[in-house]
Amino acid sequence: MIIDSIQNGIVLDHIKAGKSMDIYQVLNLWQLDCQVAIIKNASSKKRGKKDVIKIDSPIDLQLDVIGYIDPDITISYIRNGKVIEKKHLALPEKVTNVILCSNPRCITSSEQELPHIFKLTDKKNRTYRCIYCESKPKLSDFD
Amino acid sequence: MRNLIDILDLSTKEIDTLINTAKDIIEHPAKYSEKCKGKKLATLFFEPSTRTRLSFEAAILELGGNYLGFSETASSSASKGESVGDTAKVVGYYADIIAMRHPKEGAPLVASQKAGIPVINAGDGGHNHPTQTLADLLTIKREKGSFNNLTVGLCGDLKFGRTVHSLILALSRYENVKFVLISPKELKLPEYMKSNVLAKRKIAYEETTSLELSMPKLDILYMTRVQKERFFNEADYIRLKDSYVLTPQKLVNAKADLSIMHPLPRVNEITVEVDNDSRACYFKQVQNGKYMRMALILMLLEVK
Repeated sequence: MIIDSIQNGIVLDHIKAGKSMDIYQVLNLWQLDCQVAIIKNASSKKRGKKDVIKIDSPIDLQLDVIGYIDPDITISYIRNGKVIEKKHLALPEKVTNVILCSNPRCITSSEQELPHIFKLTDKKNRTYRCIYCESKPKLSDFD
Repeated sequence: MRNLIDILDLSTKEIDTLINTAKDIIEHPAKYSEKCKGKKLATLFFEPSTRTRLSFEAAILELGGNYLGFSETASSSASKGESVGDTAKVVGYYADIIAMRHPKEGAPLVASQKAGIPVINAGDGGHNHPTQTLADLLTIKREKGSFNNLTVGLCGDLKFGRTVHSLILALSRYENVKFVLISPKELKLPEYMKSNVLAKRKIAYEETTSLELSMPKLDILYMTRVQKERFFNEADYIRLKDSYVLTPQKLVNAKADLSIMHPLPRVNEITVEVDNDSRACYFKQVQNGKYMRMALILMLLEVK
């Protein structure tokens, strides 16, 4: 399968196989006018299979959101057909309005305008907790 | 500017300082009677409470200050739909310090982000109740002399009991503390408390449903009430409310120097006959709570 290489844009590589559509949705990539290629189940030496997203435009990405979904993703920034920067992500310390607290006793359940903020409390187990009530998020679409 | 939202906002050194101040207040009350002259404490109670609110109000009065506030949501602008943040911001222009109780978890944290004056969490849902823990700690210190080498039995509602969670957090920072978690299986300590606090800090604990079998090994027995307001389902409340009732008969095998504690109010989980037992400390906790709140107000207002 041949997909045009991009001249100015971004490549999200080493996405866990099957997660590319989550990233496409959560980053609102469907709103872009430029070409966006989603490659599912590409072969990967490291993982066997991986997904890749190519975006043919130099947009700003919410790196904390991507890091939360999959910290193993690498991001390559392309200018004039060449990689000018490569970023390895890590789990963000804090995510805002990426996941929603579902605890009915949490203040966020009654005050709609409050941001839903989750803090990384256990790096090893990738555990995030609501800063207000300390609840863990319910298993989300990202898990 | 400091707030007290979670007991872990205070270091063990700061807790020692508060305990020493509280002890000094007990010994020399006159020295403190005008320390907060001209200062106002706002008691914002979005949920009914007698003890905690009156304790805060007594504390500021004994420091020479005054209080203003409300004791239920119906008499606050929250009934008109005002947000917690806006209420706190407005009150920040009237008072010097806020004590807030709210049924929603995290509400005092939201208030502290907006108020511009120190905020004390006076209980947020089933989450935290750090000033009750300060009362508990002063009681333990006065009864036992130390926080180290204690076997602490926590009995009753360990799931929703915010005083239990805060006390575990506070005591888990001391040496060789063991917990015996006594509850029906529906009201067990939440998993995150076990994994994030007890297991992480390698603190010995056991879970049991038997109060009688646990009794001989306990240095402290901390009883709690099964709280109706934490249940969505009344049938579950009725089924579990009488799970554990402490009677003189159940204390037969207890240590002679056991300390029986309870954050109050009690319903029937400690029979009145136990009140005459010299090991009963729950009314001392009430008194200690006021002294610790006085010490806390002085600390947060940076009054020397």
